[in-house]
Amino acid sequence: MLAYLIRRLAYAIPILIGVNLLTFALFFVVNTPDDMARMQLGIKRVTPEAIAHWKAERGYDKPLFWNAAAEGGKRLSETIFFAKSVRMFVFDFGRAEDGRDIAEEIKSRMGPSLAIAAPVFLLELAVTISFALLLVLFRATRLDFWGVVLCVALMSISGMFYIIGGQFLISKIWRLVPISGYQEGVDALRFLVLPVFIGVIAGIGTNTRWYRTIFIEEGGRDYVRTARAKGLSEAAVLFVHVLRNAMIPILTGVVVVIPMLFMGSLLTESFFGIPGLGSYTIEAISAQDFSVVRVMVFIGSLLYIAGLMLTDISYVLVDPRIRLD
Amino acid sequence: MNFLPVLLWTDLLIWLLVLLLVVAAIAARRNEPLRRGWAHVGRNRGGMAAATVLAVFFVVGLSDSVHFRSRIDGANGANGAMPANYAVEVRSLLDLSLGHLRNRPEKSYSEPLALRLYNKDLVQLPDGRQTRDYPRLRYGGSHLDEQGTERGADVAATLARALAAALLVWSACAALLTLGLSRRQGERLAASWRRIWGWECAAGESGESNFAWSAVLAALGGVLLVAAILIALSANYHAFGTDKVGQDVLYLALKSVRTALIIGLLTTLVLLPLAVTLGIMAGYFRSWVDDLVQYLYTTISSIPGVLLIAAAVLMMQVVIDSHPQWFATSAERADVRLLSLCLILGMTSWTSLCRLLRGETLKLSQLEFILAAHAFGLSHRRIIVRHILPNLMHIVLISLVMDFSQLVLAEAVLSYVGIGVDPSTISFGTMINSARMELAREPMVWWSLAAAFSFMFALVLSANLLADAVRDAFDPQIAGSS
Amino acid sequence: MMTASLLSVRDLRVDINRGRRRAPVVDGVSFDINEGETFAIVGESGCGKSMTALALMRLVPAAARLVSGSVHLAGRDLLELTEGGMREVRGRELAMIFQEPNTSLNPVLTVARQIGEVLERQGGLRGNDARARTLALLDAVGIADAQRRLDEYPFQLSGGMKQRVMIAMALAGDPKMLIADEPTTALDVTIQAQILDLLRVLQRERRMGMLLISHDLGIVAEMAQRVAVMYAGEIVEVAGVTEFFAAPCHPYAKKLFAALPDISRRGALLETIPGQVPSVGDWPAGCRFAARCPAAFGLCRERAPEVVAISATHTVRCHLYAASETQQKPGSPRCARDDEAGVFAKSAATWQSSALVDGELDRHHESKQSVLDAVDLRMHFPIRGGLLKRTVGSVRAVDGVSLTLARGRTLALVGESGCGKTTVGKALLQLVGPGSGSIRLAGRELMGLSRREMRPLRRKIQMIFQDPFASLNPRMRVGEIISEGMAALQVVASASLRDQAVHALLAQVGLPAEAALRYPHEFSGGQRQRIAIARTLAVQPDVIVCDEPTSALDVSVQAQILNLLRELQERLDLSYLFITHNFAVVEYLAHEVAVMYLGRIVEFGSVADILRDPRHPYTVALLSAVPVPDPGQRRERLLLAGETPSPAHPPAGCHFHLRCAKVMDICRRQYPESTQLSASHRVSCHLFK
Repeated sequence: MLAYLIRRLAYAIPILIGVNLLTFALFFVVNTPDDMARMQLGIKRVTPEAIAHWKAERGYDKPLFWNAAAEGGKRLSETIFFAKSVRMFVFDFGRAEDGRDIAEEIKSRMGPSLAIAAPVFLLELAVTISFALLLVLFRATRLDFWGVVLCVALMSISGMFYIIGGQFLISKIWRLVPISGYQEGVDALRFLVLPVFIGVIAGIGTNTRWYRTIFIEEGGRDYVRTARAKGLSEAAVLFVHVLRNAMIPILTGVVVVIPMLFMGSLLTESFFGIPGLGSYTIEAISAQDFSVVRVMVFIGSLLYIAGLMLTDISYVLVDPRIRLD
Repeated sequence: MNFLPVLLWTDLLIWLLVLLLVVAAIAARRNEPLRRGWAHVGRNRGGMAAATVLAVFFVVGLSDSVHFRSRIDGANGANGAMPANYAVEVRSLLDLSLGHLRNRPEKSYSEPLALRLYNKDLVQLPDGRQTRDYPRLRYGGSHLDEQGTERGADVAATLARALAAALLVWSACAALLTLGLSRRQGERLAASWRRIWGWECAAGESGESNFAWSAVLAALGGVLLVAAILIALSANYHAFGTDKVGQDVLYLALKSVRTALIIGLLTTLVLLPLAVTLGIMAGYFRSWVDDLVQYLYTTISSIPGVLLIAAAVLMMQVVIDSHPQWFATSAERADVRLLSLCLILGMTSWTSLCRLLRGETLKLSQLEFILAAHAFGLSHRRIIVRHILPNLMHIVLISLVMDFSQLVLAEAVLSYVGIGVDPSTISFGTMINSARMELAREPMVWWSLAAAFSFMFALVLSANLLADAVRDAFDPQIAGSS
Repeated sequence: MMTASLLSVRDLRVDINRGRRRAPVVDGVSFDINEGETFAIVGESGCGKSMTALALMRLVPAAARLVSGSVHLAGRDLLELTEGGMREVRGRELAMIFQEPNTSLNPVLTVARQIGEVLERQGGLRGNDARARTLALLDAVGIADAQRRLDEYPFQLSGGMKQRVMIAMALAGDPKMLIADEPTTALDVTIQAQILDLLRVLQRERRMGMLLISHDLGIVAEMAQRVAVMYAGEIVEVAGVTEFFAAPCHPYAKKLFAALPDISRRGALLETIPGQVPSVGDWPAGCRFAARCPAAFGLCRERAPEVVAISATHTVRCHLYAASETQQKPGSPRCARDDEAGVFAKSAATWQSSALVDGELDRHHESKQSVLDAVDLRMHFPIRGGLLKRTVGSVRAVDGVSLTLARGRTLALVGESGCGKTTVGKALLQLVGPGSGSIRLAGRELMGLSRREMRPLRRKIQMIFQDPFASLNPRMRVGEIISEGMAALQVVASASLRDQAVHALLAQVGLPAEAALRYPHEFSGGQRQRIAIARTLAVQPDVIVCDEPTSALDVSVQAQILNLLRELQERLDLSYLFITHNFAVVEYLAHEVAVMYLGRIVEFGSVADILRDPRHPYTVALLSAVPVPDPGQRRERLLLAGETPSPAHPPAGCHFHLRCAKVMDICRRQYPESTQLSASHRVSCHLFK
C-alpha cells in the first residue's frame, strides 16, 4: 500500500510538470508578454513605456527560460519560467491583477465553495442512487420507462436554466430564500439552500441514468442469479449483491471529483454571488487575469491527481480483489 | 453578379462534413453490419422522431451556412467598367429567407405578439404633444388599428390558417410516403398506410425490419405545426418578442441553431483523428507508445476542462485581437473565433474517447482473428485498417452522437462565462447571457430565455434520443438494457 | 398428484422474445424425478435444457416468460405460488448449481457470507452457529483447510474449489431436490472427476433428487439413473440409463452416439447429422428433427409426433414407433445403437484387440521426414511488481518443450487448462514471444526471425483457433476473410484468380459458393469453423496448428469438423499439431500424443503407447478421469487430489509431486530426466529410471 502510494506520487510529478509546461506554453509562448500588456492596457494607453511598466510590475520583463544577463544559478532562476511556473510547486502563487495575494484569496474562498459543493455532492449521490435503484427494482415497468424518459428530458436542459428557473420560482415568485448573496456563519444556510437544491436537481438526469445502466449491467450477472436461486428477496439481492458490486464502477466516476469539490462550481457560484473559487475563476477569466487562471489550472490538476489516488485507494475498500502493491 | 459568395472557414468545414457524411452513408449502405445497425436505429420510434426534428434543425443550420455579400451599388451599375461594391455585411441564405424578421427592428424590448414596446418612452401624439407611454411597435401588428382591439381575433385567425396549412402539407407528405412505399413494396395503398402505422406487419421475414415511419410522420406533424404557426404569426408579429435592441427573438433563436451545430459537429472533426489515432496506436503497439499516449491524456484530462478551455480561449483571443489585419470583415473574425473554439474544444475533449478506444484495442488485439491476421503476416497498417478500425467504429459512432448534445450544452455555458463564441455571433449562450441581465427587472423579460430554452431543449433532447437509439443499435453490451 | 414422485413437471412451456414476436424455447416438457434419483437431460446447445432448469426455479431471464404448465415439488405446484412463496422454496427445497463457478459467486463477498446468507434465510441461523454450520458444509464438500477458506473471497479459490463452494451453498438449505446445470463443463477433466464424485456421494447420503443437465453422454452414463434427450425445446426420448445406452430409439439419439469420436471409428468417417439444430422461433412444423432425420417419411413433416411408450420406463416422441399409422413407414423401427461396432468398445481393453489400429499405425511408421522440430522451447512471461515495476518473477508458460511433427501425421498435445499447450501452438507460429529454444520448419530456423523475414515462411504453418466466434472478423465478408491470407502471402497474386480459389476452398470445406458474400454472423459455429479452415487452407500450409478446434462445438458438429480435418489430411498430406483436452478426439485422430503438465511434456509416445500403456502417473490419472459413455463401465476412478499449481510458482522437483500418488523422496528434489521406454515412447518420471 505504501509502496503503491509512493509510486503514484512519483507518477504524479511528471503529470504536474506536464500541466505546468502546457500552461506555460499557452500563456507565455503563444503570446508574448507584450501582447498581453497591450490587451490589458487597452488600445488607448499603449505606449512602450506603459508596456514596460506593466511587465516590470508583474515580473514579465525577464527572459522566458534563460537569462544570459544574469550570473550563475540566477541564469535559470531569474526567468519568467522559474518565477511563474517552478515556484508553483512550492505553492508560491504570486499576486493577482488587483494586487491581492492569490494564495490568501484561495484559502478564504475555499470555505464557501465547499459549503455548496459538498452538500450537493452528498445529496445528489443519495438521491440519484436511490432513484436509480427504484427504477431498477421496477425494471421494465411503466415507472421505469417514464423514469428514463424523465431523466433524458432532465439531462437535455442546460444547467443555466435550472439556476434561472430556480431563482425565478423560489426566490422571486415564492420569495422563500434570498435570490443570491452569501454570509458567513449560520446565516449562510439561508443562502445555501437554493443553490444546493438546484445543484442536486440539475444532476439527477445524467447521474440516475448512468447508475441505472450500471445496476442493470450488474443485475444481469451470474452471481445475481445465484443469489436469487438462494431464495433471497429482491431487495436483499439488490442491496447486498448488486449495489455492492456496482460500487466499483460508481467509485471510478465519483471519488475522483471529491477533491475537486474545493474548486466549487463555476455557474452556481457566479449566479448566486457566492464568494467561492468558482466565481473567483469566472471573475479572473472575465478580467483576463492570467496569473489567477494559471494558478487555478495548477490547483485543479493537483486536485484531480489527488482524486485519482483516492479512487485507487477506495477500490481497496470495496473490491477485495484489488491490492495496491 | 449581384452577390459575392463568401466562404467562411466553418462553412467550408461543415459542408465538407456533410459530404463526408454522405460518403459514409453510401459506404454504410454497402456494408452489411453497419446497415443492420442503422436498420435497427430505423425501427426505434423515439430515435426516428428525434432524427426528424434534428433534420429540420440541420436544414436551418445548413441554410445558414451559405454566405454571401450582396451588391450595393445598384443592379443597374453593371456596366462592367467599375469594380462592383459589395456590402460589408455577410449574409446567409437563411437571412435572405428571414428577411422580414431581420429587417424589422423595433426600438427595444417587446413581448411576444405585442403591439407596443415593453418600456415607456416619449410618444408623439397626433396633436403634436409628447407624452410618456408605451409606444406602438413599428412593425409588430402594424396592420391593426391604433387600439389593436382585433388582435385576439387576428391571432386566432392566423393560427387557424396555420393549422390548416400544416394539416395540408402533412397530408401531402403522408400521401406521398404511402404512395412511395406502396410502389416499392408493390402492395395496395391501404396496406402501406396500415403498415406505416404499425397496424399490420410487413409480410414474411421483414416483419422485424419495419422502419418507424409512424414516428417520422408524427414528428413531422409536430414540426410542421410549430413551423406553420411561427411562420404565420411572424408575418405580422414578433412571435417571440424582441430583445433589448429590438431584434426579433425568433430570428436570433434560428441563427443560434447554426452556431450550436457548428460547435457540435466541427469539434468532433478535430477530436476524432486525435482520439482514434492515438487510442489505436496505444492499444495496438503498447510498450512505450502506450506509456506516452497515456501520459498525454492523463496530463490533459487532469486539467479541469473549463479552465483549460478558458486558458486556451483567452490566449486565442489575444492572438486574434492583436492581428486585426487578418480579417476582412467582422463576420470572418467571429468565424475564426468560432472555429478556434471548436479546435480548442476538440483538443481538450479527445481524451475520454481515446481512453475508450485504447482499452477496446487492447481487448481486440487479444482476439483470435487478430492473431490469425498476424499468422498471415499482414502488416501492422493493414491489421489496424482492416481488422481493428472497423471493429471500433461503433464506439466512435456512439461517442460522436453522445458528444453532440454535450457540446451544444457546453457552448451555452462557455459563452456565458465569456470564453465561448464571439459576442457578435448569435448563439444560445449569448442569448442567455444577454437575457440574464434582465432577469432582475420587474416585471421580468422572459421571452428571450424562453425561446433559447425551447430551441435548445428541442435540439438537445432530440440529439439525446437519437444517441440512445444509436447506442442501443450498435453497442452489443448496452443493447436491450433500456 | 397420483404419483409419489418428488418432482413432477407437466407441459412446461417457456417463451422467449424474438423481436416483436414470442417463440417457445421450452415446449411442452414433462418428466418426473423420484427421491434419491438422478435424472439427466442431455441435448446440444440451444435445445432448451438450461431454460428448463431455470423455469423450475422460476428464474427465467427477463426476455423469457413462463407461459404454462405445472411443476409439482413434493405435491405443491411451484408455478401457482406467489413470488414470496417461491422464495421460500428456492434454496430450501429446490437448489441449483450453475455451469460457470467463476462468475456465479459474488466476487466481493466472503465464502462465509455467501453461504451464511442461505443459512440465515432458510434456517434462521446466524453468528457462530452459522459459522459452525458453514464450516461443516465446507468440510462436507471436501474443501481442505475449510477454517481458512471461510473468510476468503472467491478470487482466492481455484475453479474446482469455487464449484465446491457453490455446492455447499446449494446444500446449505437442505434441499430435497438439486438442479445441476452443466456443473463441470467449465472445469478440467481431473477436477470434473472430483466434482462428479462429490455430487454422487452427497446425493446418496442425503437422498436428494437430482436433475443433471449435460451435453456430455459420458457424464450422463456415469451419473444418471434415467435420461431424457432434448431436441429443439422438446423431450424426444426418456429411458433408464442402461436401456438408453444399450438401445436408444429416437433417430436423433442414435445419431448422437454415432457421432462420438473414439478408437473404434479410427480410420473411418464419423457419423454426422446433416444440417444443424434449428434456432428458436424457426422450428419446423411436424417433427422438429424431420429435416435431419435419415428415417423421416411423409408424416414426419406434416404432424408433430406423440409420445410413444416402448416399455414401462422408456418413451419416445417419434412417428416410427407409433402403433397405428395409416401411412407406410419405411421398414420397422428398431431400438438399438446404429454403431454396433462401437458399443462398449471403448476402454484400454479395446486397444489390445484393435488390430486395426496397430496396422494403421505401423503403416505410418515408416517414419516420414519431419516437417516441424521444436527443441527446448521456452516462453517465460515476466511478472512485474514492486516500487519500480521491476520483473519480480516469471510465468513459465512453456518451459523446455521439444517435439517433432512428421509429414502427414497428427501430433496431439494434451493437457489441462493452464498447462501451456496453447502457448506452444502460438509460439510455433511466432505469435507470442520472444522466447528461447529452436523451432525448425522444413529445415529453416524460425526463432529470432524478424516480422519481415518470417513472412515468406508463414505460408507453411498456419493455425485454426478454438473459438469460431472470435476467430473471424465480424466486419468482413467470408470471401474477404479467406482471400486475405492469399493476398498477403502472395499465394495467389491476381484478384480474379483469388475469387476462383475462394470458391474452390469453400467447396472443399463443404460450404456453398455464395457464402463468400456473406458475413460470419450468418453462420453457425460449425460453419464458422469450416470458414476458418478454408482460410487456413488458402495459403496451402504444410503444418496446421489446431487449437481445440472442436471444443466450442456440439457433438454432431464436432464430428463434421473432425471428418473434414481427417479427409483434408489424407488428401493434402497435412501435418496437424492438435491441441486438445478431449481424449476421445485424440483416440480418433492422433498418431502421436504428447501430454503436458505445467509447461513441460511429461510423456510422449504413439497414440497406442499413451492410451494402451500410459506410464506417467499424471497420464494415468488423466485417462481414468475421462467419463465413458457406457453405464456398464462405471468403475473406480483414480481420483487426482488437488489442482494444477500456478505456472508462476511451479513446485520444486517434479512439478507433479504434490498430486502424485506414487511420490518418492527424489521427486520433491529433482525434476526427472526424460526416459526412453521404447523407440516411440518416452516419459519424464523417476519411477522409470
